[in-house]
Amino acid sequence: MSTVLYDTPGPKARRRARVITAIVLLALAGFVAFLVVAFVSPRTSVSGAELRPLSDPSLWVILNDRAIWRFLLGGALATLRMAALAAVLAIVIGVLFSFLRTARSRWIRLPSTIVLEFFRGMPVLLMMLFVLLVFSTGAYWAGVTALALYNGAIIGEILRSGVAALPRGQREAGLTIGLTPLRTRFLIEFPQAVRNMLPIIIAQLVVLLKDTALAYVISYDDLLFRIDTMRKGDGNLIFTLFLVALVMYLAINLTLSTVARLVARRVRPGGPAPRIPKRGVFGRPTPTVSDPMATSQGTSAP
Amino acid sequence: MTAVLDNLDILVSGFLLTLALLAIAGVGALVLGSIVAGLRVSPIAPLRAIAVGYTEIFRNTPLTLVLLGSAFVLPFLGVRFPGLSPQQFYFVLAAIGLTLYTAPFIAEAIRSGINSIPVGQAEAARSIGLDFGQTLTLVILPQAVRVVVPPIINVLIALTKNTSVAGGFFVVEMFASGRLLIERTAQAVPVLLAVAVLYLVVTVTLGLIASFVEKKVAVLR
Amino acid sequence: MRFRSTRTAKFSLGALAVVGALVLAGCTDSSAPDPETDPTEESSGMPEVPYADGTTMADLAAAGTIRIGVKTDQPLFGLTNAATGDPEGFDVEMGKIIADQLGIDEANIEWVNTVSSNREPFLQTDQVDIVIATYTINDARKLLVGFAGPYYIAGQDILVAAGNPEGITGPEWFSENPDKTICTQTGSTSITNIGEYTSNILASGSYADCLEPIRNGQAVAVTTDNVILSGLAYANEGEFELLNAPFTEEPYGIGVPLEDTELRSWINDVLDAAFTSGEWARAWEDTVGVVIDLPDSTPTVDRY
Repeated sequence: MSTVLYDTPGPKARRRARVITAIVLLALAGFVAFLVVAFVSPRTSVSGAELRPLSDPSLWVILNDRAIWRFLLGGALATLRMAALAAVLAIVIGVLFSFLRTARSRWIRLPSTIVLEFFRGMPVLLMMLFVLLVFSTGAYWAGVTALALYNGAIIGEILRSGVAALPRGQREAGLTIGLTPLRTRFLIEFPQAVRNMLPIIIAQLVVLLKDTALAYVISYDDLLFRIDTMRKGDGNLIFTLFLVALVMYLAINLTLSTVARLVARRVRPGGPAPRIPKRGVFGRPTPTVSDPMATSQGTSAP
Repeated sequence: MTAVLDNLDILVSGFLLTLALLAIAGVGALVLGSIVAGLRVSPIAPLRAIAVGYTEIFRNTPLTLVLLGSAFVLPFLGVRFPGLSPQQFYFVLAAIGLTLYTAPFIAEAIRSGINSIPVGQAEAARSIGLDFGQTLTLVILPQAVRVVVPPIINVLIALTKNTSVAGGFFVVEMFASGRLLIERTAQAVPVLLAVAVLYLVVTVTLGLIASFVEKKVAVLR
Repeated sequence: MRFRSTRTAKFSLGALAVVGALVLAGCTDSSAPDPETDPTEESSGMPEVPYADGTTMADLAAAGTIRIGVKTDQPLFGLTNAATGDPEGFDVEMGKIIADQLGIDEANIEWVNTVSSNREPFLQTDQVDIVIATYTINDARKLLVGFAGPYYIAGQDILVAAGNPEGITGPEWFSENPDKTICTQTGSTSITNIGEYTSNILASGSYADCLEPIRNGQAVAVTTDNVILSGLAYANEGEFELLNAPFTEEPYGIGVPLEDTELRSWINDVLDAAFTSGEWARAWEDTVGVVIDLPDSTPTVDRY
């Protein structure tokens, strides 16, 4: 692997790299061995009682129960249901917000900016609690509303900066051929902005999916809540259940992230990215689309 | 409003805990994130793999599950901090969970920030004879800091909001204090507005700092 | 079951009693009664409690369904059975008794997951028809919702590790030992009550969350209503024990909308009938009775 930061490694550097690699691999192996040993050794509780080791089959036997899996999958479906509806609403709200924020009239622009900053600055959990208690809607709608408003505000910002990043000529051309400013925005600027910003928007939707787990705190009957209900049924299963939850959430999220990435790649303006990407300092390709929100929004997602 | 004013001390103590979580987890995430970013570009393949694996796992796990793990699974596995009171113990666990969760985002911010510096800069540095250390400290990092600070502050804003999740796991920070007050006074709206305002104080301040830095270091390209 | 007159009721009950006796005589194996599948309603002998037309009760009976808010995470009172997906427990059984009186079949009851802070909002905004969710009656709440009952007098008690290694005697013990931590749920009446004895409290998201801190030594006890504690003890196979020294009185009531005095009064009538007919005792034995003995006397409903 060569970058411009350092010379192509010569024999001595290569040898050193091999030695360090060997040491690291050894350390990793030791760590894994430690985990395995900790897993099978018996534990003692605080009061001195002998507890079963983590590898004890009685702690894992529930995984064989199909009814339990059906129960958990029901929870996963609840998660996805909330995410799907919230995502659709978030896009609608985002479009609305981006229009409001770029309105020519100050009386529309300023209040909507304040409202938008308010939604962005509040924790999603707080919004969920607010909707739940003030409008007494039940956990599902509280979660959907809060997620839609919060992510809608962020998507609105993404779209707005997407429109702002377009060459001015686009807007001017639209006005020249007689379109009203509104129709210019709708017919010319918006479609381009959406295409440019699609990867970031989809990334935000994946964040939305992760945030549905927050509804657990307001007792929405999703996957995490069901895992927790089972934990309350038998506290010793916590480790088993935690691993199950981890695997299930990783599966769902990684699948969606990968799908999102594939879709983003195919929908890019100008077709899929060229095969020879520009190389940055570390030898990795730099993003070729100028997306001002790429570093700020894509990484700040909670 | 009286509900809020009578119980201001509870809200304030929750606010201070939120700030404490933000400070400790923020510093931790910055440190860990820098380490992970460094591992990502290391010439040693296993280190790169560890960094990538860690990032992918934590970026695709909900924060609630991470905090559930740190509050329940870690003690279950025997993690103890002798000398800490129980409330402090769970605070530390929550801080650990938040740090582990936020570090990948910081690492990503650092990495893409540094990556956005054109390769020509490093090439020019090498062609005038600077070595790796000099290239990094004299040429790359000063430019990188400019690019990297606003996204990092955005991650910290997200962290502020994420501290609210710790309220469900034994830490009586602002969100949990708010819930406590609501059930004690049955006046949801004033309490929630007060809590929201307190959160906004922190996030808007951070946002203003970010815009300020962004404007100061803007370089016409 | 709805009957046209008391005479038909008596006849039908007599017929059923005969049939029931024959069926039972034919049964050789008696496994533990399952509230879900055993047709205990028929042989309960609980009289029908009448209601007038135009009341909520008539509307619910006509609709054929009722929305009951219950807990889904309190063992023995309201806990979702992962295999069936439905909640089970003493509160659930009380709900079934009420629904039965309205002629609503068990399968048509809509169980709504209700946490403590949702109980008043759900009633105020018609999300549920009634709430049976370990709902303590107090004056502050009476301003927002109506209460039928109580259907059980619980008391705040303390749960400790089996064998009581710390030698805890009651809440005063924590006043004397301020360095010992007690755990309870944030924002509950329990935390307010124990707050009178000590300030070294670990506030958790839910009562069941408090068990882990005891296991790993961060806390020495959990405090809340004794029936919730017994559910926790029951679910954890001998790891914990109850002090059995309740230091408060927590009357559990059935929440109804504030203005619906007819519903409140009718439910009180149903409760009285359940107390005298033994249905209440049956519901207890099927659920909480596994851990706590049947109380010596039935509670007295408070008609205010």
